[in-house]
Amino acid sequence: MNTGQPDPAAPSGPGERGAATPLLEMRSVNAHYGAVHALVDVNLSIYQGELVCLLGGNASGKSTTLKTLLGMLKPTSGEVVLDGEVVNDKPTSYRVARGVTMVPENRRLFKRLTVRENLDLGAYLRTDSDQIAADMEQIFELFPRVKERLNQKSGTLSGGEQQMVAIGRALMANPRVLLMDEPSMGLAPALVQQNFELIQQIHQAGLTVFMVEQNANMALSIADRGWVLQTGRVVLDDTAENLLAHPDLQASYLGTAEQ
Amino acid sequence: MGSIASFAQVFIALSNMPVRLDERLIIKPVLSLGYLVLLILPFAVGYRQGHQIKREGVPTYAPGPNEVVGGFLCGALAGGGLSLLAVLLTHFDLREPLVNWSPILLDLLAFGNATWFAAVIWLVIGGGMGAAGGVLRLLGPRSRRAVVTMVLVVLGVAVLESLVVDLAEGLGLEPLTDRLYARRGGVNWPSAVGLAVVSGLLAVVGRGRFRQARTRVSELEGAKRTQANVGLILLTAAVLIVLPLFAGKLTNELLANVGLFVLLALGLNVVVGLAGILDLGYVAFFAVGSYSAAVLTAATSPKIAPEMPWLVALIVVVIITGLVGLFIGAPVIRMRGDYLAIVTLGFGEIIRLLFLSDWLSGWFGGSQGITNIPAAGIFGLTDVAGTDPRRVFYLVLAFCALAIYVSWRLERSRLGRAWMAVREDETVAEAMGINTVNVKLLAFVVGAVLGSFSGAIFAAKVGSVFPASFLILVSIVILVVVIFGGMGNIIGVIAGSAVLIGVLGGPKQPGLLAEFSEFKLLIYGALLIWMMLARPEGLIPSVRRTRELRQHEMAQDAWLRGEVDDDDGGNGTGGASSAVLP
Repeated sequence: MNTGQPDPAAPSGPGERGAATPLLEMRSVNAHYGAVHALVDVNLSIYQGELVCLLGGNASGKSTTLKTLLGMLKPTSGEVVLDGEVVNDKPTSYRVARGVTMVPENRRLFKRLTVRENLDLGAYLRTDSDQIAADMEQIFELFPRVKERLNQKSGTLSGGEQQMVAIGRALMANPRVLLMDEPSMGLAPALVQQNFELIQQIHQAGLTVFMVEQNANMALSIADRGWVLQTGRVVLDDTAENLLAHPDLQASYLGTAEQ
Repeated sequence: MGSIASFAQVFIALSNMPVRLDERLIIKPVLSLGYLVLLILPFAVGYRQGHQIKREGVPTYAPGPNEVVGGFLCGALAGGGLSLLAVLLTHFDLREPLVNWSPILLDLLAFGNATWFAAVIWLVIGGGMGAAGGVLRLLGPRSRRAVVTMVLVVLGVAVLESLVVDLAEGLGLEPLTDRLYARRGGVNWPSAVGLAVVSGLLAVVGRGRFRQARTRVSELEGAKRTQANVGLILLTAAVLIVLPLFAGKLTNELLANVGLFVLLALGLNVVVGLAGILDLGYVAFFAVGSYSAAVLTAATSPKIAPEMPWLVALIVVVIITGLVGLFIGAPVIRMRGDYLAIVTLGFGEIIRLLFLSDWLSGWFGGSQGITNIPAAGIFGLTDVAGTDPRRVFYLVLAFCALAIYVSWRLERSRLGRAWMAVREDETVAEAMGINTVNVKLLAFVVGAVLGSFSGAIFAAKVGSVFPASFLILVSIVILVVVIFGGMGNIIGVIAGSAVLIGVLGGPKQPGLLAEFSEFKLLIYGALLIWMMLARPEGLIPSVRRTRELRQHEMAQDAWLRGEVDDDDGGNGTGGASSAVLP
C-alpha cells in the first residue's frame, strides 16, 4: 500500500504528461460481447498519482472498460498496457499482482465471511506476511470502524461500513492503481459524500485512482481529469474543470447528444 | 395449520406407512411405531398453535387455557383427516386411485372395530394429542423439559433397541435388556414407565448442568479453550476406539456404514459446502474409487494381472480418482449454478453407465460387476475381512480421522478462503486475483479423492461391486446428509450421517429403523423441508453460518424496535454467536 508515501512528483494534469509512461493505458481498444461492439477504439491513459474518472450513462461501456483493464474480458483489438508492458494475454491474477486492483460496484463484499476474512482475501496474492499485517494496521488507522467489526460478518455491516471494508479489501492488495466501479452506487446521499471524501483521502495519500461514475458532478469535483464515454466511444477527454464547464457534458452524459 | 396436518395425516396413512410399521413395537403392547407416526402430527400441531398466536405479534402474551383449546381444535382437525378417510374408505370404492389402501389399514385405524368408531376415535385422539401439545406449552420451562426428556428417552430407547441390545450383550448386561425389552421387540410397559420416571427425575435434577458446563467452556479463553476442545476430541476418539470392542456385529456394521458416508459427505462438503459447487453426480467418484480398487486387487477382475495389496492399490486409486476428478471437472467448472448442477448429474450417470456397458465389460464385468474382492490388508498387520465389521470399522475410522483433519486444515487455509470467496462471489473473487478455475478444479479433485477412500473401503468391505450400487440416489442421499447436517461444517456433516444413515439407513444399507427403509425418501424429503423452514443452517450449524443468520435477524429485530439507527445495523449482536457452539 502506498498510502504512507505521497508522491510529490506525481503529474496531475494532461499538460504535465511529458515523457512519463502511463501506469495503465488503453490503446485503441475494441471489445465485443458476441455481436455487440461494447468498446470502440478507446484510448485512456492513467498516470502515477492521478485521480481520474470515466463518466457515462447506462450501457456506455464503463464497466466493460474496467473488465478489460483487469483482464476479465479480452479486447478484440488494441492493447492494454500496464507500466509499459502489453498485458492483453495476461490473466487477472497477473495484473492484480502487479498493482491493479478493483473496488467492485455495490461493494460486493463476501457477505458470509467476516470482515477479517474479506481483508485477508484482498491480500490473496501476497506472500509478505509482515507487510500484510502492517498494511492491515494502516487500514485500521484509516477506518477505525473496520477494526471494531473485524470478526463480524461483512454482510451485517451498514452500507457505509461495507464501503470501508470494500476499499480496505482493495488496499490490502497493495495496489498501485485503484479501479473504482461506481463508488456512489446504492448509497444514501450523505454516504456518497463521505465516500468521495474517502477516495480523495486515499488519493492524497499517494494512490492512483481511476473511477467510473455516473454522477458526473460529484466525480469531477474531486478528479484531475476525465473522459466521457458514450455507447463505447470516448466523446470527451479533458481536465475536470473544462469538462464541468463543457456545454455538452450533461447532454452526452445523459445520452441525448447527437452522435 | 390443522388442515394441512390433516392432509399430511391422510397422506401418511395412504402411503401405507402405519401398516408396515405396525410390526415394530415401541412400548409393548400399547404403542407401535405405526400408530406413533400418526400421533406425532396432531401433537406437534397442538404445540405449534400457541406458538403461532405468539408470533403474530401480541407483545404481552399470556399463556392460558386458550392454548389447550386451540391445541385441541387443531389436533382434532388433524385427526379429522383420518376420520374422513375411514368414512370414505368404507362408503366408496377407492381402490383404483388409492393403490396403497388395504383393509388392514382400515382395521388399524378402527382398532378392529366398526368404521364409525374409527371416525370418532381419531377425532378424539387427534384432539387429545393436540390438547396435550397445548398443555405442554402451558407448563413451565422446567416441567416442560422434564416431560420432553421423558418422552424422548422412552422413544429413544425403543428406537435404538437393536443397538442397545447389541451393546448390552458386549458388556454382559443381557439381564437388563431382557427386562427392558419384550421378546418380540418394543419396550415393556412397566419398564417404559420406569424409564420415564427416571429420566424425568434426571431432567429435573440435571437441569441446567449441561448448559452451565457449555457456557463455562465457551467462556474459556484461548489456550484453555483449545485444551478443552482437544480433550473433547480425544474423549470422542477414545470412545469410538473402545466401543467396537464391546459392540456386536450389528453395531459395528452400522458404525462402518455411517463412517463410509461420513467420508463421502466430508468430500462432498468440500465441493458443495466450501467451494459452493453444487455437484449432483458425486457418486461418480465413489464408483470410480470402488471399481478401481476392485480391478486392482481382485484376482477375478478381468484385466489387470498383478493383484496389488489393498494399501498399494489405494495409492493408485487416489491418483486415478484425482485424474477422473480433473477430467470431469475441467468442462464442468466453467459453468455456473443450475447448468453446473445438471451437467454433474449427467456425468454421475455417464460413469455408472460406463461401468455397466458391454463395451467395457472386459474391464468392469458389465452388469455382473466384479466379485471376490479380497479384504483390505495393511502391512499384514490387520486383515480387514468383509466379514468382520469391527475391523472394517477401524479402517473406516482411521480414514475418517484423516478426512476430518484434512477438511479442518483446508477450511482454515488460504485455499479454503479462496473456495469460500468463490462460493460467495465468483466475479469478485476473480478480481481479487484468485484463479477461480484452478481453485474450483482443486475442490473437485479433493472431493473426488475423499470420495475414493470411501469407495475403496466399500469395495473391500462388501467384496463385490456392481453398477447398481452407484445409482444417482447415492449422490442425492449424500447431498441430503450434507445439507441436513449443516453445509460447510465438519461436525454437522458427521452428525447428519449418523442421524440419516445410522437411524434411517443409507440407499442400500439398513439403519436402526429398518422398518422405515421403504419410506426413507419420503422422510428425507419431509426432513429437508422442515429443515429449510426451521433451521436453514442445518442440524449442527457452523458457527460461521449461525452468526450470519442470527445476526441478520437480530439486527432486523433491533431495527424494527427502533433501537438501532439504520447506519448501525448489526451493531452489538456479535455476542449472539458465542453461546451456540464452543
